[in-house]
Amino acid sequence: MRHRLHVRVGPIGFRIGSVWRRPIEQLAMLYAGYPAAEVPDFTVRLAPPSAWRRVVRPTVALAGDLTLPEAAPLPLAQAVLAAEMAMNLQVALGHRRHLLLHAAAVERDGRAIIITGESGAGKSTLATMLATQGWRFMADEFVLIDPVLGEVHPFPRPISLKNAAIAAVTARCPDRRFGPLLTATPKGTVRHLAPDARAVAAMDRAARPAMILFPRFGAAPAWRAVGAGEAFVRLTQSSTNYVALGEAGFDRMTRLARDLPRIAIDYPDTDAAIELVEGLWRAL
Amino acid sequence: MAGAVSGVRALAGVLADPARAARLDAQQWTTLLTVARAEQLLSALAMRVDGIAVPAPVGAILSDARAIAQEARRAALWEAEVVRRALLPLGERVVLLKGTAFAAGGLLAGQGRLIGDLDILVARAALPRVEAALLAAGWAWAKPDAYDDAYYRRWMHELPPLIHRDRDRLLDVHHTILPITARITPDAAAIVADAIPLSTGLWMPCPEDMVIHAALHLFADGDLSGGLRNLWDIDRLLREFTDDRGDFWARLAARTARHGAARPLQRALRLSAHFFGTPVPAESARLRGGDAWFARRLLARDGWGRATRPATRLAFYVRSHWIRMPAPLLARHLAIKMWKRVVPARS
Repeated sequence: MRHRLHVRVGPIGFRIGSVWRRPIEQLAMLYAGYPAAEVPDFTVRLAPPSAWRRVVRPTVALAGDLTLPEAAPLPLAQAVLAAEMAMNLQVALGHRRHLLLHAAAVERDGRAIIITGESGAGKSTLATMLATQGWRFMADEFVLIDPVLGEVHPFPRPISLKNAAIAAVTARCPDRRFGPLLTATPKGTVRHLAPDARAVAAMDRAARPAMILFPRFGAAPAWRAVGAGEAFVRLTQSSTNYVALGEAGFDRMTRLARDLPRIAIDYPDTDAAIELVEGLWRAL
Repeated sequence: MAGAVSGVRALAGVLADPARAARLDAQQWTTLLTVARAEQLLSALAMRVDGIAVPAPVGAILSDARAIAQEARRAALWEAEVVRRALLPLGERVVLLKGTAFAAGGLLAGQGRLIGDLDILVARAALPRVEAALLAAGWAWAKPDAYDDAYYRRWMHELPPLIHRDRDRLLDVHHTILPITARITPDAAAIVADAIPLSTGLWMPCPEDMVIHAALHLFADGDLSGGLRNLWDIDRLLREFTDDRGDFWARLAARTARHGAARPLQRALRLSAHFFGTPVPAESARLRGGDAWFARRLLARDGWGRATRPATRLAFYVRSHWIRMPAPLLARHLAIKMWKRVVPARS
């Protein structure tokens, strides 16, 4: 394809091809400072679903090595989101080297907190904010766990901020690199935030998992221990390749849910969440 | 651009001669892996080049692909076992077809073969009892629709697709290997009668029938989607069976005559030899007639994994319907399908 970007994020390499120049420029800005993938694991293609869609109200299909037939195309203005979604799709359906968790992760002193929960629980915002407090940002969207050794491998992709989180994060870190503001997407208003230089520089440094956090946004600050059984069920629901990994996936998931501290927190705002997390971390 | 040699040709070349993999640069590997994945041959490629020195990122991708094939094999064999248990009380022969048969039979063709649905063949007379036993054991119709159901039962070579409610796996129950309406009518009873028992109590077709089924599946049914993968099956089967028995070609010719499958089989031999260098009898060593069209269709993919040559693809799509049923039936079928699309179903 005419315009292209090769980029490696932690252990996974991508090749993004586009028939348009602009989306590649926008992605190159978000991925500035990342290494190039020598031989990429996955190919993503940004192209119109049919020839005339290149001209009349241009749209981008979510295409690549792996596709879902029901994935609807996005307007060309949202090409960065299309690329990120297509990259996520490749990982979710195709990656087998690690156990995948739909989660965020931060690290301190070689030990990682895995932050998991449903969409809207505040994973991305919490991980971003912890990274402004001395934590290393490791991942948003996908946390990669080595099935044999159990380590968390960094996968620091641009953070997809949604709706109210955009203003909150922009106010706190105004001098970071942001992607274009995308309005009226299927996920509401979206803006991507490039991970900080420290996260990118350390993308090959794994960490030992030390805690699993289940945040919930909206209520007064509170925390409770989560049982191993509940944690196991919630983690399996958050994994796209747990079944595909067979016995190795089951073993690793069981150990994660059984051996780590598991804590659910309620928080009304970011400051309260940071305070809770720091308190829980000191008590470990 | 992938350079002068198309990605599909490069893939066929490395599958046939894995030593070529040692000479590929990063760009050529990128194209090869992308095309292999699009053609559902990445795991097969990974098995073929196992042991050859490759760049580190390529090694990691190939190792994943081998793990995927291993898991696919385990899941497919388990699915066959569950079907065996469900049908055991009937005392009927259950003949595994395609990928699951290759895996269960320990054949070369099963190495790195991705297996999606389970395909089985049973005697036509046993069909009602097989259907009842499967429905009682947790299978259900995958897409319940009165017209599709009637169509399958009247004209097709299989029951409407079944899906298991717990494991979400598709099961195709065949009573023959081509649609009843197709121009070729294979002798399905002979396939069941001459099948080979596996240690599990299941059966697989005899070697000749496995080759003929693969050829019919590729050239007498369908639009050649995934065609290279099916042709690779044929290469693997032929290499294994011709090694085993000196009289294989004579047996294959006799069996082909019995099934009336000479044209598709000869075409399969010529194209397999063309793409993979399969050792075939001298009269099949070179392409002829319309073979070039089939080769053109099999090569219709670029180095980014995109389908190319839309006109050729469309022509083969039309052909797939044409060879499946006589023209009046085709017209009626397409008219009903279109009507159902235009007039939304009452629900």
